[in-house]
Amino acid sequence: MSTRVEKPAATEIDRPTRLRLYQLMVELRDFEQRAYELFLENLVRGTSHLALGQEAIGAGYGVAMRPDDYTFCTYRGHNHTLARGASMAAALAELMGRGNGMLHGKGGSMHLTDVKHGAMGSYAIVGAHLPIAAGAAWSAQVRKSGQVAVCFFGDGTTNIGAFHEALNLAVVWKLPVVFVCENNLYMEYTPIEAVTAVKHPAADRASAYGLESILVDGNDADVMHDIARQTIGKARAGGGPSLVEALTYRHGGHSRADPAKYRPEAEVREWMARDPIKRYRGRLLDAGIGEAEIREIETRAQQKVDAATEEARNGAPANVDEIESQVWSDGSARWRN
Amino acid sequence: MAELSYREAIAAGIAQEMARDPMVYFIGEDIGAAGGVFKATVGLFEQFGPDRVRDTPISEQAIIGAAMGAAMTGLRPIAEIMFSDFLATCWDMIANQIAKTRYMTDGQVSLPLVIRTANGGGTRFGAQHSQSLENWAMAVPGLKVVAPSNPADAKGLLAAAIRDNDPVLFFEQKSLYGVKGTVPDGEHVDTLGSAKVLRNGKDCTIVALAAMVPKAMSAAEQLAADGIEATVVDVRSLVPLDTRTILGEVVKTGRLFTVEENPRLCGWGAEIASLAADECFDDLDGPIVRITTPHVPLPAADVLEDAAMPSVERIVETVRKSMR
Repeated sequence: MSTRVEKPAATEIDRPTRLRLYQLMVELRDFEQRAYELFLENLVRGTSHLALGQEAIGAGYGVAMRPDDYTFCTYRGHNHTLARGASMAAALAELMGRGNGMLHGKGGSMHLTDVKHGAMGSYAIVGAHLPIAAGAAWSAQVRKSGQVAVCFFGDGTTNIGAFHEALNLAVVWKLPVVFVCENNLYMEYTPIEAVTAVKHPAADRASAYGLESILVDGNDADVMHDIARQTIGKARAGGGPSLVEALTYRHGGHSRADPAKYRPEAEVREWMARDPIKRYRGRLLDAGIGEAEIREIETRAQQKVDAATEEARNGAPANVDEIESQVWSDGSARWRN
Repeated sequence: MAELSYREAIAAGIAQEMARDPMVYFIGEDIGAAGGVFKATVGLFEQFGPDRVRDTPISEQAIIGAAMGAAMTGLRPIAEIMFSDFLATCWDMIANQIAKTRYMTDGQVSLPLVIRTANGGGTRFGAQHSQSLENWAMAVPGLKVVAPSNPADAKGLLAAAIRDNDPVLFFEQKSLYGVKGTVPDGEHVDTLGSAKVLRNGKDCTIVALAAMVPKAMSAAEQLAADGIEATVVDVRSLVPLDTRTILGEVVKTGRLFTVEENPRLCGWGAEIASLAADECFDDLDGPIVRITTPHVPLPAADVLEDAAMPSVERIVETVRKSMR
């Protein structure tokens, strides 16, 4: 009953959209690299999970979403939050525990959220945000707002109960939600294949929920943008949820603490050659976009990250007077009279 | 004033709020056409239809997660978890997500939602369908915790919980569902975080919650016959906690007894005892005494369950001995 879609039908993606995709990917890359440099300077404490190498997925969907659509993502979520237009300076400041951080220091790297831009949160317990995204889609459905929720998660999430509960509910209620599995081949440190009953952890499970099995190249921004438009369009038109598995690869380890020595060298080499940004740059040149125009995009991205870094560094430490605030909707943390 | 059962009062509270606010939606297992396994939602499906009163699969994470996502984006959902014991299957959603997201985002989101659940023992259902878990919820910053002891409070506090802009865990004591009482006519909305003094006595203060309230009241009547006059306070809401009323009554009598259905360790009474010791030490005339279920899973057999849970007799005996 279901169709495997190795690659969605190629549709024309116009030049401004392509330039926007490239610009966004470069910005996300530069941001994550800067975050890593700031770790090395010991300015970013705690842990952080970078999405270097996975930029095409966040960019492909980010560019296809309506400003009032909802993004739900994981602790590896800097890119998805920024792809919605969230402030880079506020994100870096949050990583650095500054008062000018996106969450005033209360959330940290794993919880970046910018509701004004539709970034409804980064969730750090694997699987939790799938039912929550379904709930936001349910709300959009009953309010008839036309909004769509897009929920990004890793391959490891497909083996936790909340994944299955959310998919079932989303299909039964025909919710406007798109579930995007970023299969980077490793659940934290272990190959996903070694711990999963099927080869493609999301795509091979789609039929269990009556959904089309969709497996795409997550390192190809055109492919990602195309599947984003298709799945978001279907959801917005009342066609219900989709489950997309996008194959990709982390350039680094799971988290700051992980040098990723468990990955075979040949595999790493092969995937580095499929770097989504390098590939897309080549494609833009082939399409007749000039080197100078591409360089200008790259320079602007670097300047944007530099300015954001400066702004974040200039922030004061998070304010200890705010510890007991914002537990409740009246702004307080009071539990007694 | 109408005479309603506790279960009818629950349904009436939901109906009142759903009729008033079109953003209130209600989801859960068997809550629709079936009217709920405890018949506490009878008539809602017929009145509000399958869109607003939605049956769900047996998927507690999906139920609570969906309620959270909906609350973040404009609805005021009510979610039912059939037995409070099943909260354990969706505790991540409650304790990690719902309780913390407002704080972690420094107030970017509000979560106006209610999780209703049938709590507590007295029905011989055994250890996995009888727990009294309000103290689990109380231990997590970001959750309001309410447990009514009678039909009027059930309706009024539920209405207040639905109107509240923060997440509320609403514990309905399942052995009370059939208990009748008068409920004010017309719109009835109570106040969260307000304890109630049900009886005034000069000798000691007995603080109780949910099904322990009628037991404490019966115990107080018996104690009066022995010449011990007890004040009885119905806590009603653990978070926010009306310490002003509770500790005020402790100061007046100089003695504090808590009656808790939960197992011994870290029950809500321990927190009240700690507050009393800290803030009313000079007014206390004797030790603070907690009357609880022993620290065991609740057994199923009637004689075992009755002996494990605080009874009227145990309350009377404990108070009498301690007041001697």
